[in-house]
Amino acid sequence: MSESPKSNEVGVGGMAFERPIEEIEAKISELESLSQSTKLDISSEIDALNKRLREQIEATYARLGAWDRVNVARNSKRPVASEYIATILDDFFELHGDRAFGDDRAIVTGLATVEGRRFMLVAHRKGRTTKERLDCNFGCAHPEGYRKALRKMRLAEKMGLPIVSFVNTPGAYPGIGAEERGQAMAIAENILAMFALRVPILVIVIGEGGSGGALGIGVGDRVLMMEYAYYSVISPEGCAAILWKDGERSPDAAEALKLTANDLLRLGVVDGIIPEPLGGAHRAPDDAMRQVKAAILSALDELALVPPDELVAARYRKYRTMAAIDGRFPAPPSAGRADDR
Amino acid sequence: MDETKEIPTPSADRRDDAVPSAPRENEIVSKEEESDAEDAGNEKAPERPSRLSRLRFSKKKDMPGGLWLKCESCGQVIYRKELEEKGRVCPACDFHFTLPGSDRIRATLDEGTWREEYADLTPLDRLEFSEKVSYAEKIQNTLKRTGQNEAYLCGRGKILGRPVVLGVLDFSFMGGSMGEVVGEKFALAVELAERESLPMISFTSSGGARMHEGVISLMQMAKTCAALDRFNAAGGFSVSVMTHPTTGGVTASFASVCDITLAEPGALIGFAGPRVIATTIKQELPPGFQRAEFMLEKGMIDAIVRRTDLRDTLAKLVDYAGGD
Repeated sequence: MSESPKSNEVGVGGMAFERPIEEIEAKISELESLSQSTKLDISSEIDALNKRLREQIEATYARLGAWDRVNVARNSKRPVASEYIATILDDFFELHGDRAFGDDRAIVTGLATVEGRRFMLVAHRKGRTTKERLDCNFGCAHPEGYRKALRKMRLAEKMGLPIVSFVNTPGAYPGIGAEERGQAMAIAENILAMFALRVPILVIVIGEGGSGGALGIGVGDRVLMMEYAYYSVISPEGCAAILWKDGERSPDAAEALKLTANDLLRLGVVDGIIPEPLGGAHRAPDDAMRQVKAAILSALDELALVPPDELVAARYRKYRTMAAIDGRFPAPPSAGRADDR
Repeated sequence: MDETKEIPTPSADRRDDAVPSAPRENEIVSKEEESDAEDAGNEKAPERPSRLSRLRFSKKKDMPGGLWLKCESCGQVIYRKELEEKGRVCPACDFHFTLPGSDRIRATLDEGTWREEYADLTPLDRLEFSEKVSYAEKIQNTLKRTGQNEAYLCGRGKILGRPVVLGVLDFSFMGGSMGEVVGEKFALAVELAERESLPMISFTSSGGARMHEGVISLMQMAKTCAALDRFNAAGGFSVSVMTHPTTGGVTASFASVCDITLAEPGALIGFAGPRVIATTIKQELPPGFQRAEFMLEKGMIDAIVRRTDLRDTLAKLVDYAGGD
């Protein structure tokens, strides 16, 4: 609980549904320090509590609602781009700037290697410490961020490198400078350009998939989502404010928007879900990042076999027919000619 | 700073019993797109934006049959008949009011040349989205009110004799918001243009993505761009005319990436709605912010064209696209 001296190290993030878990965690750490200071053997009590903890986490996470998941996706201990870079990449050489306006730190781009596979990494950057968060504007990119991403993606195409994109943003930044410099135009250009890139694009939503700001680096041959990530056209808060003029109803909005990984898989918007450790990525970041790494390796290996023409044609078909799942729409007349592009 | 994703402040009072063809505040919108586009007319009275927009859209004022109405931009009280005679352009400040889709088609194409396509596609409530009324019900009401099946109208027609494919995103149908069928119809229109080697002329007035269709709406940004990418690869020519207001996911997709982008005078064009921005940065927005003139100055659009000159301009551009 919040009074517990350990509360900063466990649970976290003000997620009400985690309170029972945090209570047990606090008790365990209390007992552990007790056993250390008194040299009493209370390991059986601790084991029993650990078992209870596991059951509590299982029970809690088995019935997470959409809004809970949004909070897990935003959890301050959830791994962010810089940690993925430090943990799962064997090499990373950052490439800064859009060569036009500036270097938007809300998106990091660079040459990356994982177990011999080379690729261009494009990732929303949220930061861990308060200073880092401010520095990268909490993952809310400006147009120069999207233009930087586009420049590096085009470079990847020239170099024959696949692109791996990590999506984790509350949304593109809504500000005066962002509008002046063409936020909408930058995102639109990226989406259009990503359809023409002749190298594989793997997109992984690692946390928040915030609307157009996510899609601006989110068009891919494979789009994967972590188990507790969310992806939505609008934030639940925004939706609740518009529909009910009441931010308190964000949980209702989160349910209505169908923004969880399972929803998106069912709707055919994402191709797969990357499982997270029990109790979410924030509870075992290294395990979570290992899962992502494994997903990157298998997706890159699979996409590497596809010839560029086929890749581009399949990407077009994927998005052209994405929502027409019940065949209600007339078949796109040009779909059959996708290969002769 | 989770505040950035909060979009508080929906101010305009929204009604479910809408007035035919009156541009009204749009229920849709997404996040950034929160297009209280209409609000933008507000530079004049920033102290009470929400009250102003309520006034502006109060039923009394905008009721069809009302003799007078107030200009969204300059506040001038205008005789309705005069406004209609001037093609819904304010006689005092030249602000170009939003045109309902059918009026836009009439104003753009040669008489008798319009052949609508794909008119039978109607919105789907895939998410079974429910607020006070279900989205399914809302669709039915809007269908009845507008006599249209969706916010997007497309088909063949001629502009001063030049055959084109014309697509119009109509603000009077659920704020011109882009859901699955809007995206689909845009893509179908572009493909029709490709098959028949015609220029694609796109008009937009929209609050952005349609919230009720969730992430499926968002994916229409990708779908429309996918269609345009193929069109471009096949040598197609496209012109986008952004009219008041064009915001959110529509600006951030097909409206911005046509070969030539035009705007009508005074049109609000942007990604985030002005109210969202003002709330996020907690300061007043500069005068003229996000207006067509502002976007022109910032280099974001190719030209501003007055409504009366649009036909001539589009015909000229189509001619240029034919080469020398």
